[in-house]
Amino acid sequence: MAPSDSSPPVTLDTINPKVLKCEYAVRGEIVNLAQRLQRELQEKPGSRPFDEILYCNIGNPQSLGQQPITFFREVLALCDHPAILDRSETRGLFSSDSIERASQILDQIPGRATGAYSHSQGIKGLRDTIAAGIEARDGYPADPNDFFLTDGASPAVHMMMQLLLRSEKDGILCPIPQYPLYSASIALHGGSLVPYFLDEARGWGLEISELKKQLEEAKSMDIIVRALVVINPGNPTGQVLAEDNQQEIVKFCKKEGLVLLADEVYQENVYVPDKKFHSFKKISRSMGYGEKDISLVSFQSVSKGYYGECGKRGGYMEVTGFSPEVREQIYKVASVNLCSNISGQILASLVMNPPKVGDESYESYTAEKEGILSSLARRAKTLEDAFNSLEGVTCNKAEGAMYLFPRILLPQKAIKAAEAAKTALDLFYARRLLDATGIVVVPGSGFGQVPGTWHFRCTILPQEDKIPVVVSSLTEFHKGFMDKFRD
Amino acid sequence: MSPKALDYETLNENVKKVQYAVRGELYLRASELQKEGKKIIFTNVGNPHALGQKPLTFPRQVVALCQAPFLLDDPNVGLIFPADAIARAKHYLSLTSGGLGAYSDSRGLPGVRKEVADFIGRRDGYPSDPELIFLTDGASKGVMQILNTIIRDERDGVLVPVPQYPLYSAAIALFGGSLVPYYLEETANWGLDIYNLRQSVAEARSRGITVRAMVIINPGNPTGQCLSQANLKEILKFCFQENLVLLGDEVYQQNIYQDERPFLSARKVLLDMGPPISKELQLVSFHTVSKGYWGECGQRGGYFEMTNIPPKTVDEIYKVASISLSPNVPGQIFLGLMVNPPKPGDISYETFVRESKGILESLRKRAQLMTDGFNSCRNVVCNFTEGAMYSFPQIRLPPKAIEAAKKAGKVPDVFYCLKLLEATGISTVPGSGFGQKQGVFHLRTTILPAEEDMPAIMASFKKFNDEFMEQYEDHRGYSRM
Repeated sequence: MAPSDSSPPVTLDTINPKVLKCEYAVRGEIVNLAQRLQRELQEKPGSRPFDEILYCNIGNPQSLGQQPITFFREVLALCDHPAILDRSETRGLFSSDSIERASQILDQIPGRATGAYSHSQGIKGLRDTIAAGIEARDGYPADPNDFFLTDGASPAVHMMMQLLLRSEKDGILCPIPQYPLYSASIALHGGSLVPYFLDEARGWGLEISELKKQLEEAKSMDIIVRALVVINPGNPTGQVLAEDNQQEIVKFCKKEGLVLLADEVYQENVYVPDKKFHSFKKISRSMGYGEKDISLVSFQSVSKGYYGECGKRGGYMEVTGFSPEVREQIYKVASVNLCSNISGQILASLVMNPPKVGDESYESYTAEKEGILSSLARRAKTLEDAFNSLEGVTCNKAEGAMYLFPRILLPQKAIKAAEAAKTALDLFYARRLLDATGIVVVPGSGFGQVPGTWHFRCTILPQEDKIPVVVSSLTEFHKGFMDKFRD
Repeated sequence: MSPKALDYETLNENVKKVQYAVRGELYLRASELQKEGKKIIFTNVGNPHALGQKPLTFPRQVVALCQAPFLLDDPNVGLIFPADAIARAKHYLSLTSGGLGAYSDSRGLPGVRKEVADFIGRRDGYPSDPELIFLTDGASKGVMQILNTIIRDERDGVLVPVPQYPLYSAAIALFGGSLVPYYLEETANWGLDIYNLRQSVAEARSRGITVRAMVIINPGNPTGQCLSQANLKEILKFCFQENLVLLGDEVYQQNIYQDERPFLSARKVLLDMGPPISKELQLVSFHTVSKGYWGECGQRGGYFEMTNIPPKTVDEIYKVASISLSPNVPGQIFLGLMVNPPKPGDISYETFVRESKGILESLRKRAQLMTDGFNSCRNVVCNFTEGAMYSFPQIRLPPKAIEAAKKAGKVPDVFYCLKLLEATGISTVPGSGFGQKQGVFHLRTTILPAEEDMPAIMASFKKFNDEFMEQYEDHRGYSRM
């Protein structure tokens, strides 16, 4: 029987155009190239001037050798297989406080059933724990009913975009450079991205005057700006906002009636002694702003920090300053997916309530945590210095997060060569870097940059013993590149 | 007073249109009552472990070891974990690059996708390509991804069975498409009639809707019917003729309670039909670890398999998947274990088989118990649950009850279900949450309460129902013919 139409129902021509429009460079073209090279290396070892592909494109610490926090994994293993909790042999394999914590957590789960769908906002007892952790962190109370535990922070961001964006006339203010989840999500939900540029010359500073300017320009184009995204610590830029800056941002959102979307997933990654992480919730409350003053959604994840548990997909959003009717709608959308994975929920509660002084695991936990954080700080500095030592490259300090975002000022000859190859200059550079060294970075255009400037994002995540090789390969490659393309 | 950033009026309209009764009004009321101390039996959602079903031992052992790989170095690990679980944990860890804590490939670990492909190959007798299998955080996420890819605007229609699992209606509303209903025939065991299908499509097209896709849920939810080979062939031919992509929700494929119609995957039937249809009909098939005899809902593990979808479209779907980075890795391992369980000769094989059989046999018994129990009640008629996890009895509400519901401002089946809840603590989902013919009312309950609790639950229901009918009936009553 012949079909009534000659072309099949699902083709590039007939799929949702918003799907076609969205981009996500972190796992885009350069990564596909790298994977091809990796296969080549496996089939023909020695075929390349390097032995392995080094994925510096993605904030995926454990894929590059970072070890998980032992206590967290002990608790998760016990929650996965509670049948062994009562066995005497278990005491010989697990720390006593992990056994205790697992029992405590299981008591909070109806029927101790970790395989059951939970409440759509997440298990109540775990939300209580997280709320208590936030109160301890900020000094201001948190309501467990304000939390939605999600499969990582990304689904929570998608949920908010879905709620906020009615058409392409609705805009979301996003930092440039930004983590491309935001641009992709806005495109996918049919809205408009309203860029505000971070100031590279001032350590990627966020200027309120820039926010105001972009807001006005958007309004003049009949865009209704619904929300402001702030990533603090920044991705890819790594800056940690100063308190007074944060207060200005909060005031701005209140005045302009914008929802503040605070991406705080790197809150535990701060590497400089003169900066500290302050949550936007704390800042708002310290200014005397309550539920009636500011609509704030704060995102956190188990993927970053010192725990780096990307593969678990754990995270949450804390939603404050919305009417009950809106909160009902948020709940409704969350309920269609039933709930987030239970193991990830448990992990989120562990992250927000880690071992305390006096707990059996406290010392080893602290040693592991400090070890990872101090190593990240060292790697951030080493790579920052390495980039700054390259001809034509400037790199702002990574005050926090997991990335460096160096700017490359390349000679005219290189620009022309890239043009001739019909390739953006940063992709041109990144491809050559990959071919020569096996190092995978993401071209700056994947994050946005001031037109005419070029960057790339490189993570600080290769293990410390690999860093010297990374530095020397990069340096050698760059010298060769400049020698070849110097005017 | 500063302008309100986001209030109900300025929400995305599509969000407002979404309904999801499974965790809607009845569930919220039941939760309230539970907080007040009333004993509630939650039969609103297919959530086996919440009603006492135990997890299978082997997968939990394997995943626990994967969570804490340092255990594998401990000489005493063999005291509480069997050797095959230890070996399997090492196998899955070797498939990852960095263990459970690293993002995997956005489509899922290649090694697990290969296991899924092998499973499909064994099940259907045709090879399956791991590159066309994407793992997701539960099947629901996969359904949403695919529907989001297909639906462009409100002129795009998706054929959905009535009654249906309301994920489909919710997702279509969320993405701004049009739901095109096709009614299943209750008197023919919830059978699918091609005539109904054709009518639905014609009607939609006359309204300017471009019908893009057709959803089948096999075994059915909430209806439980298992499609025959003949029916599946008809459906496939229909989709081919009408240029529709077929979305095969097959999450209950392990839950079959009769022997006349075993599970047949849409893909197998399609490939059996040979070219041209086997090479051209577009199909996406969904599966999960949440149902079957595994019931691991909380892990959020699932996959979809694409057949005859063009490579460039597959790339776009991959691109969207990559924005969410990757599905959760423990859930992927559960999926791998489900499609590649212990084999004869493995240390854990006997326990695994005993546990699995025990669950399936009990489900089969409970399916019968519930059907019979409902059919013994006044004004209640219930088709047999051939598969899946639900019973969907028809409640023939007397006119006076319908009036009382109107007075109370409630949809009639909601009214009934609320009264049932208050009287017995049994929390069900009214049939209106799934769709039904005008003036015909149902409720959905799961068959999941423990076997030993069933007689008491059915007795409690019967007492409530028969008293309700007594209260609201005219003396004419309803004939049970």
